[in-house]
Amino acid sequence: MSGLATNSVGSSSAVGDEILRVEDLKTHYPIRSGLLKRQIGSVKAVDGVSFSLRHGETLGLVGESGCGKSTIARTVMKLTEPTSGHIVFRGEDITHLSRSEMRPIRQQMQIIFQDPYSALNPRMRVDEIVGEPLRVHGRWKDGGPARVAELLDLVGLSTEHGRRYPHEFSGGQRQRIGVARALALNPQLVILDEPVSALDVSIQAQIVNLLKDLQQEFGLAYLFIAHDLSVVRHISDRVAVMYLGRIVETGSHHDTYEHATHPYTQALLSAVPHPDPDHRGGRDRIVLTGDVPSPSNPPSGCRFRPRCWKAEGRCETEVPDLVERPSHPHPSACHFADEDPSVTMDRSSG
Amino acid sequence: MTSDPDALLQVRDLAVEFDTPEGVVKAVTEVSWDLRRGETLGIVGESGSGKSVSVMSLMRLIPTPPGRIVSGEARFEDRDLLTLTRRQLRRLRGRDIAMVFQDPMSSLNPVQTVGHQIAEAMLVHDSQLRDREAKRRSIELLELVGVPQPAERFRQYPHQYSGGMRQRAMIAMAIANRPKILIADEPTTALDVTIQAQVMEVLKSAQQEAGAAMILITHDLGLIAEMADRVIVMYGGRVVEIGEVHEVFHRPRHPYTFGLMASLPRLDTQTETLATIPGQPPSLVTPPPGCAFHPRCRLQRERSLCAEAVPELMDGTTGHRSACHYAEEMQDLVAEVSAEVGVDFSGGAE
Repeated sequence: MSGLATNSVGSSSAVGDEILRVEDLKTHYPIRSGLLKRQIGSVKAVDGVSFSLRHGETLGLVGESGCGKSTIARTVMKLTEPTSGHIVFRGEDITHLSRSEMRPIRQQMQIIFQDPYSALNPRMRVDEIVGEPLRVHGRWKDGGPARVAELLDLVGLSTEHGRRYPHEFSGGQRQRIGVARALALNPQLVILDEPVSALDVSIQAQIVNLLKDLQQEFGLAYLFIAHDLSVVRHISDRVAVMYLGRIVETGSHHDTYEHATHPYTQALLSAVPHPDPDHRGGRDRIVLTGDVPSPSNPPSGCRFRPRCWKAEGRCETEVPDLVERPSHPHPSACHFADEDPSVTMDRSSG
Repeated sequence: MTSDPDALLQVRDLAVEFDTPEGVVKAVTEVSWDLRRGETLGIVGESGSGKSVSVMSLMRLIPTPPGRIVSGEARFEDRDLLTLTRRQLRRLRGRDIAMVFQDPMSSLNPVQTVGHQIAEAMLVHDSQLRDREAKRRSIELLELVGVPQPAERFRQYPHQYSGGMRQRAMIAMAIANRPKILIADEPTTALDVTIQAQVMEVLKSAQQEAGAAMILITHDLGLIAEMADRVIVMYGGRVVEIGEVHEVFHRPRHPYTFGLMASLPRLDTQTETLATIPGQPPSLVTPPPGCAFHPRCRLQRERSLCAEAVPELMDGTTGHRSACHYAEEMQDLVAEVSAEVGVDFSGGAE
């Protein structure tokens, strides 16, 4: 799956029709103050994001804390109400569906969270946890116990494990339990919100491989959210880089990692320490100055402007669109994305 | 183990235990190493490997009970840190040996200004120092670690600082008395990657400014590759490999070290599957007999020695030692795994 032609969305597995489309999604959280709790502003956690995802495909959503990536996960699941925009799941606009209308749809879209410790009920046995979605959606009578055994086996646990409680498991095993539960209802879309961030490296690799295997087997679509660029590259077909509530660059994993055109993507990639001491000092690390601005009062124009070394006058007044440029067919939201096509990470050369 | 004439700190046969409801946890067993003047010594391992406990117990910063230093010696300037009185130790901490922790919010006092805390760190160890001078130097230190508008920031409280700025303030405080040893325990784990890059640069220059030796404790092999001169790999409470950083990364002599490196997803290439270390980390209450890694090890190859005898740290090349009965077969293992996942891991091994 490496080295695919640019602009291709491809993966080796079958990538089918669109399953999820998000259009100009905005999720703003109100800031209230004073005796009457009047709204005095809003945190623009997600501020105009569009993307689509197809059957069997993985879209990696990457960015630093506060960029809005987890809010997107919550909004797509309708755990948080969007402020505006559209969420289209399997051709149906679910943006304004009520809780009860969402119920049948939630069987087809599941979410797995970062913390396998707090996501599992400590008082329930593992087989009860994995079987709970079946009971809730009235599918238990239809061969429930056998299905639970099958699910446990699928994620590399035994039926004997099913009789234990979550505290008897390590972090990696708990995440396997979470995966088994998420797959109980045969979903088509799984949203993974930092699924391996809390795990040690050796365990992380096991879970990542498991997720890839399951995707192959069931043709799952993944929206994979993480801050770790290496993990995202490994698992994703396409990658979207977020900064302060917006996507700043998107493309195949090859395009975004080898031919990054947005200064933020370039800085992000260069900041990751390379696990080879020979690379020390050998490449031009871009060290950004300053912190991420507050999403309640984002900078005018390009939001990355105050930290950007390329910023000029027009960056202050003109919001750059996320569009394709002649020299770089993958979309980038930088006014200068076209000007410096030679900028690639010298990581690939070493 | 022979004595190194350059050694600033010599740790010998350190063993630390914790009483828990499940039984006695052998957190650290037979740990010995030297820290040389001016060097950066990286200690890497996963959760529960004992990397942090081994160093914190030297500073007696583990809770006792339930913790207990069972045996060992830590020689620093003709004194054994483990036999010092609390008072002697207090005089040493923050002056000769300073620390930077993962979470700056819990290390800083929330009701005192940052400036006050930095000045206090100096005043405590120097009765001659006047308040005004301490303030002047504190502001200089804040400037040195890249805190903008240091004079104003001096008067602010920790909550007015961002995460990255707080960690800078902690570094300023740590080097305030020009320590001989700087201990950094996961100093950037709580920070975003672009902020991590900033803080690591600050830490490096602060170390140089103070002329200190640094012990860098981290789970991140990338940070080790970037910062360390020598590296210690810990597993199950023991040192399994120690050596010069290029040696260890390019010619690992322990299957665990190699497994860790091979299971890292790469930023510069994409592979179909990740090499994994099967199984789970060992229980420290009932550790596996013999080599703690043997149940997960591919080099064991059904040989009984691994389950019978704990391997000693043995010399490979100069100063590069590993605790594996079959370290001589490492090259075969590297070739085998490289062929399996289609990535050449023998990189530097010529």
